[in-house]
Amino acid sequence: MNQLSLILPEILLTGFVCLVLIVDVFRSPDNSAATFWSAVISVLAVAAFLITGGLPEIRQTAFAETYVLDSLSVTLKIFLLLVVAASFFYAREYFTNKNQERNEFFILAIFSTLGMMVLISAQSLLTVYLGLELLSLSLYAMVAMERDSAAAAEAAMKYFVLGALASGMLLYGMSMLYGVSGTLNLSELAQQTIGGDKNLLFTFGLVFVLVGIAFKLGLAPFHMWVPDVYQGASLPTTLFISSAPKIAAFAMAVRVLIDGLPGLIAQWSDMLIILSVASIAVGNVVAIAQTNIKRMLAYSTISHMGFLLLGLIAVTNQGYAASMFYVFVYSLASMSAFGFIILATGSGSELNLIEDYSGLGKQKPLLGFLGIVVLFSLAGIPPFGGFWAKWFVLKELVASGHVWLAAVAVVFSLVGAYYYLRVIKVIFFDEPGNSERPASSRGMGTIIFGINTSAIMFIGLFPGILMGICLAAMSIYGAP
Amino acid sequence: MLALADYLIVSAILLCLSVAGIIMNRKNVIILLMCIELMLLAVNTNFIAFSRFNDDVSGQVFVFFILTVAAAEAAIGLAILVVLFRNKKSINVEDLNSMKG
Repeated sequence: MNQLSLILPEILLTGFVCLVLIVDVFRSPDNSAATFWSAVISVLAVAAFLITGGLPEIRQTAFAETYVLDSLSVTLKIFLLLVVAASFFYAREYFTNKNQERNEFFILAIFSTLGMMVLISAQSLLTVYLGLELLSLSLYAMVAMERDSAAAAEAAMKYFVLGALASGMLLYGMSMLYGVSGTLNLSELAQQTIGGDKNLLFTFGLVFVLVGIAFKLGLAPFHMWVPDVYQGASLPTTLFISSAPKIAAFAMAVRVLIDGLPGLIAQWSDMLIILSVASIAVGNVVAIAQTNIKRMLAYSTISHMGFLLLGLIAVTNQGYAASMFYVFVYSLASMSAFGFIILATGSGSELNLIEDYSGLGKQKPLLGFLGIVVLFSLAGIPPFGGFWAKWFVLKELVASGHVWLAAVAVVFSLVGAYYYLRVIKVIFFDEPGNSERPASSRGMGTIIFGINTSAIMFIGLFPGILMGICLAAMSIYGAP
Repeated sequence: MLALADYLIVSAILLCLSVAGIIMNRKNVIILLMCIELMLLAVNTNFIAFSRFNDDVSGQVFVFFILTVAAAEAAIGLAILVVLFRNKKSINVEDLNSMKG
């Protein structure tokens, strides 16, 4: 009974998603809002349940130590559910503007969220794998949901094949770790790695596991799927893929590398250095050449994920907290960037090219201004959230002695600032084209976009609050 | 009696074959799906061999989960393939090239 109460959030969400399915079947045909609201309420109810529960004092495990409840998992889950709920509002805005009925989006997204929650709480290689597959399989279906689009089908196929390849690699690595240690449990595995006499075999498994993690985060050189999926999928799906799963992938990296393989820190931090430098370089440089805004944001995602890893390379408690801060701010900023595209598109044709935005700031000053906030945050310009995210990561990196790595990251961030500023220039200083912009929507998406950008500004002004939360969550890895 | 190394070599060969199949195949998407299945089975061989020689049953439990997930994965992969064929009238890997850059 005690064990069931630990996984109550997941049980609740599973129950709710069945309810949402039933609501979607029995609602009246012209009332698609019912499915949307039941989906939003389900997610927010689970979030509220977690918030009222508060942070657990002690680390508890359930089901033969395959599932863990600690301050890290609760914090990540609360944030994840809030991000998912916000992305539902954006999706609803898009579907209403386009007069589409795609309620399966919400159901698949909740299933995917369930996978992310399992992944966040995973304490065994088996739960890592199952959470990851539930997450990815739902995402493949979400990308392919746009049934009449050849680009979406192609993107889904590429995502599926490369995703399955990555899962295979991950599994092969897991089988090696299992073979050497004789256990699937991450904390028992951790004790075996600390001895250090079987490090060569563990490293062999680690390489394959890291390929899987790098693929799910979208790190170079395993980033090939990211731009194609971002471009091919419909806007709400891209928005979802670019925000919530990144939190889960971060959790996966923390669970497997820090919980599971602490004895191999020297090995995995060296590998992470290569991955993050490659991602920051490839992401920032290739993004300059993009004309499609979704592809540009995809390459920006790749560079941000590289930056995110830098905090893990610091291998200190504060470094992990800085990474967590980074993933939170990134998911907010990325979500609002795609929200900006959804709102600017309105009921008109999708604004895919950067030049489609010319003069938007003159026609819709408020939307243009909030767009600047988002882009400044992504570029890491003070006083917005993205600046502090980069600042904390770099600070921990320098404190742990990786000065040259911090220097490389700063140089490429400067390169990266160029392509964000170029979009701002197009929005504010280029002359509007001849085409009329459709009237701004006044739906709930606008309100959520306002809250979302205010959150970015608020974090920019008071970074200490969120950082305090991250430090409290990461306190399980020793006192700060 | 076969040694553990024999099983591991077989599964490593199967894994290499399937990865080579995914990377080198330029003709048919269905072959990609077959290679993915082969890769999961290679991993299963690994898990069962380790489970047997470590005298620990959890590896075999893992294999059951992998088999189940592989079935779900194949279902989704084939569904995507149907969507792809409806839109493109082709399942040639070389035709998956509309997005570049």
